[in-house]
Amino acid sequence: MSSENKQAELIKEISGVNPLKCMKCGKCSASCPSYNEMDIKPHQFVSYVVNEDIESLVNSRSLWTCLSCFACVERCPRDVKPGKLIDAARQMVVRQREQDYLSPNEIPELLDPELPQQLLVSAFRRYRR
Amino acid sequence: MKYSYYPGCTLRTKAVKLDAYARVSAEALGIELEEIEDWQCCGGVYPLGTDEIGTKLSSVRALNAAKEKGQDLVTMCSACHHVIKRVNDDMRHVEDIRTRANNYMELDEPYLGETEVYHFLEVLRDKVGFDELKKKVTNPLTGKKIGAYYGCLLLRPSKLLAFDNPENPTIIEDFIRAIGAEPVTYPYRNECCGGYISLKEKEMAESMCDKIMESAEGFGAEMLITACPLCMYNLNKSERLPVYYFTELLAEALGVKEEVQK
Repeated sequence: MSSENKQAELIKEISGVNPLKCMKCGKCSASCPSYNEMDIKPHQFVSYVVNEDIESLVNSRSLWTCLSCFACVERCPRDVKPGKLIDAARQMVVRQREQDYLSPNEIPELLDPELPQQLLVSAFRRYRR
Repeated sequence: MKYSYYPGCTLRTKAVKLDAYARVSAEALGIELEEIEDWQCCGGVYPLGTDEIGTKLSSVRALNAAKEKGQDLVTMCSACHHVIKRVNDDMRHVEDIRTRANNYMELDEPYLGETEVYHFLEVLRDKVGFDELKKKVTNPLTGKKIGAYYGCLLLRPSKLLAFDNPENPTIIEDFIRAIGAEPVTYPYRNECCGGYISLKEKEMAESMCDKIMESAEGFGAEMLITACPLCMYNLNKSERLPVYYFTELLAEALGVKEEVQK
């Protein structure tokens, strides 16, 4: 079993998503508010997992520009949940040692007087372990 | 009507107003919000991984505290509502999470998702009733054109949140009518504000909020209302329409706004 094969299995396990259910209608990408900021588009996530090209997926900008807004999850006619798939890929990365996308040291310069605590806890939960 | 109340971290800090106006309004409506003792932060976002347990325990503790009091749990912040409601669904329907969470918690009696979770807007709609609310309004906001900003967290995924129609919701518009103002329906009201992206990708969130504001302005809204401190923060960055918490306008309409100390 190749390491990318193992990673693809892990993404399926963490997300609970069966990518083979996708019929590529593209509704997820059409709904995605981050579409323009994604190099790999939501309807393509499934192909990367099925084809076990995990290297490209985990190095994509899409990993960090998904907003977890659940528009793709809501509108998918096949209940594939692309947003859960990309979250699982992100989890797979940040659960590794020193692979956090956000460090507490970065926080002071990102703060402004109005910034709500909710933003910090949300970002920490999505971007690091 | 007595409920267990979960305010959430931001309502103690940057979103004090969301909480304070809710409390005086609830009192005016005869709703008792009993704050859950020693509640902990919900974490802001629902942990999507099917193997996540530890990140859900703060919600389970709050849900169990409400159960022990025999009360339904009421939330005020969209994010807390989303997280707690989804964790409750896990505790009801996902055997693995339910077992492992209970093994960890070692409660006297296992928590199996018994508590009902309501957002305060749902309490107004389903328990008080918007017709009854309207009767209690002493200071109607006549002539104000208000756009409801729903965002994501109250609506999606609709199978779990069961809050309203996710594509064409009406609850906040009905609320606006009940307080005597005029709702403005605009297409981007259930589009994401950018959420947590505004921490590291500020321009991305600003451009998304600009689209929302442009949509609302185009349909004639003079202001927006929201239930989420993060939506409020992101929307305010675009400096176009003023944004208020729904509880502030509720308190104003009920004539109790002045009771909140500045």
